Amino acid sequence: MLLHQYLDNAARNWPERVAVQEAGGGSITYHELAELSDRLRDRLVRLGVRPGDRVGFWIRKSIDAVATIFGALKAGAAYVPVDPGAPPARNGYILADCAVAALVVEQRFEQALRKQLAEHGAHPAVLAIGGSGGGAHLRAALEEVNRHDPAPAAQVAPPGPDQLAYVLYTSGSTGKPKGVMLTHRNAVSFVEWCAQAFAPTPEDRFSSHAPFHFDLSILDIYSAVKHGAALILIGEEAGKSPQQLAQLVADARITVWYSAPSILSLMTQFGELERRACPGLRLVLFAGEVFPITHLKSLVRQWPHPRYFNLYGPTETNVCNFYEVPTPIPAERAEPVPIGKVCSHLEGVVIDPAGKPVARGAEGELCIRGPSVTQGYWNLPEQSRNAFVSAGTGPVYYRTGDIVVEQPDGEFRYVGRRDRMIKKRGFRVELGEIEACLYRHPEIREVAVTAVADESLGMKVHAHVASRSGEKLSLIDLKRFCGQHIPVYMIPDVFSFHAALPKTSTDKVDYQALKALG
Amino acid sequence: MAQEGQVLDVVKNFILSEFLPGEDPGRLTATTPLMSDGILDSIATLKLIVFLEEQFDIEVEAHEADEEHLNTLHAISALVQAKRKVAPTG
Repeated sequence: MLLHQYLDNAARNWPERVAVQEAGGGSITYHELAELSDRLRDRLVRLGVRPGDRVGFWIRKSIDAVATIFGALKAGAAYVPVDPGAPPARNGYILADCAVAALVVEQRFEQALRKQLAEHGAHPAVLAIGGSGGGAHLRAALEEVNRHDPAPAAQVAPPGPDQLAYVLYTSGSTGKPKGVMLTHRNAVSFVEWCAQAFAPTPEDRFSSHAPFHFDLSILDIYSAVKHGAALILIGEEAGKSPQQLAQLVADARITVWYSAPSILSLMTQFGELERRACPGLRLVLFAGEVFPITHLKSLVRQWPHPRYFNLYGPTETNVCNFYEVPTPIPAERAEPVPIGKVCSHLEGVVIDPAGKPVARGAEGELCIRGPSVTQGYWNLPEQSRNAFVSAGTGPVYYRTGDIVVEQPDGEFRYVGRRDRMIKKRGFRVELGEIEACLYRHPEIREVAVTAVADESLGMKVHAHVASRSGEKLSLIDLKRFCGQHIPVYMIPDVFSFHAALPKTSTDKVDYQALKALG
Repeated sequence: MAQEGQVLDVVKNFILSEFLPGEDPGRLTATTPLMSDGILDSIATLKLIVFLEEQFDIEVEAHEADEEHLNTLHAISALVQAKRKVAPTG
């Protein structure tokens, strides 16, 4: 089974059902989506895309983007989505790093991106589209070209299930993002688990809140398409507005909501949820970070009818643990809910720092193996090797880097991270990447970034700076500088200025001392 | 009714104390881009809106909670002024 075969099947079984709907009103049926993605496939092949290639895209959340995803898959390529809101330098790095053969880009991003790609010596074929929305811009771009070259494209040999379907880039601790390679088998084994766990039907209406470069989108897109359901796209701006989202869940009759906890926390505080009846909402799924229990209790109180699931898993495995939250949540509960048991298609083991499985009930690092686990990181053989460990017999396990404890009831509880990666709004943030960014600032001599749990922010990112002059620097200037290199959600919440950073006895930055400052 | 200058100062002081502690006030001008430059992220924007509604007794609509209406002190003051003109006197 290959991912785009879900669309082939849907177009055969449910041709007239709405496949994708945009909040602004545009929509496309399964038949139309199949046809549009076929045409893009043909164009990509004519542009030189071959099976096994990567196809990048920089398109805001839209029907055009969804058609591009399926067009790339049909051409036998792996798609590489970039964050539409990230700086051109970061997106250019990503697309050059995985050597995309072709690129589909909205005109507004084209110039800045081409400049960045040229600096990396990358010259992929580019299909520029006038904008995004309704599929119209993609259609127009394909029309324009087809008028000049009506010859049919060569036949494409289908990829096997172990060929790459997509590469998703996440924050890298050395300062450069790293690409997680995922095959058709990786994705399909997860989508099949979702089918068993959530029993989607053609009557379902899935939210698409997560951006396409975030692996939550795999459940959204492919569960919807596999089952002939509707995918309701939520744009980047609307996705940050709790009131708009709460209204959308009601108006668009969403039945399955999936997102990081932080936007749900904002919706319980600012979304006036009691005013909006959502009788159709049957599932609320959340993943990506710990859901502060006060906000989860509040959400369940305001929306008591759906079933709630905590889904846990890094991009490298997609969801690997899940826990259904018993509702209503007892008022006296003070701990976050567990991450739950390992999903049925995977196996897990909890190991000590030496790599030995721990006694049941002891703390250790959760490691996962099975069909949805990545082969590794694009072009980073050493990092890929280090991400896996042998623990007992059989194939190696992927090290999640998360410390867990198995509760007596068999559910796993999340304890903390092994290293310096945190979650902000559900996105991975390597504190090292923020430090690398700030080290490029001409006035900064030393910087160390810490993170502490915070009631209202989730995680509060604190940059400790020692400037060359010894003086305080302008916060406005620092934030603007960061915005040129890293996405907004990675910009530190607090900056403080030191004459010099405290050091340990081995002359390394004393992070413990800095964390104690709050 | 408050003059635009007064509204601007009140909003400026709120933003400085809440989101830019220790910053030189002279750096935050009437036209400094706030959202597009990453100085106010989406959560800070929500806090700002709550402040504006409580401080000036106005209602900010969902479609006004964006870069077009809130990206500079000047734009924020103009929004507040426009709403106060429309509101009935107490």
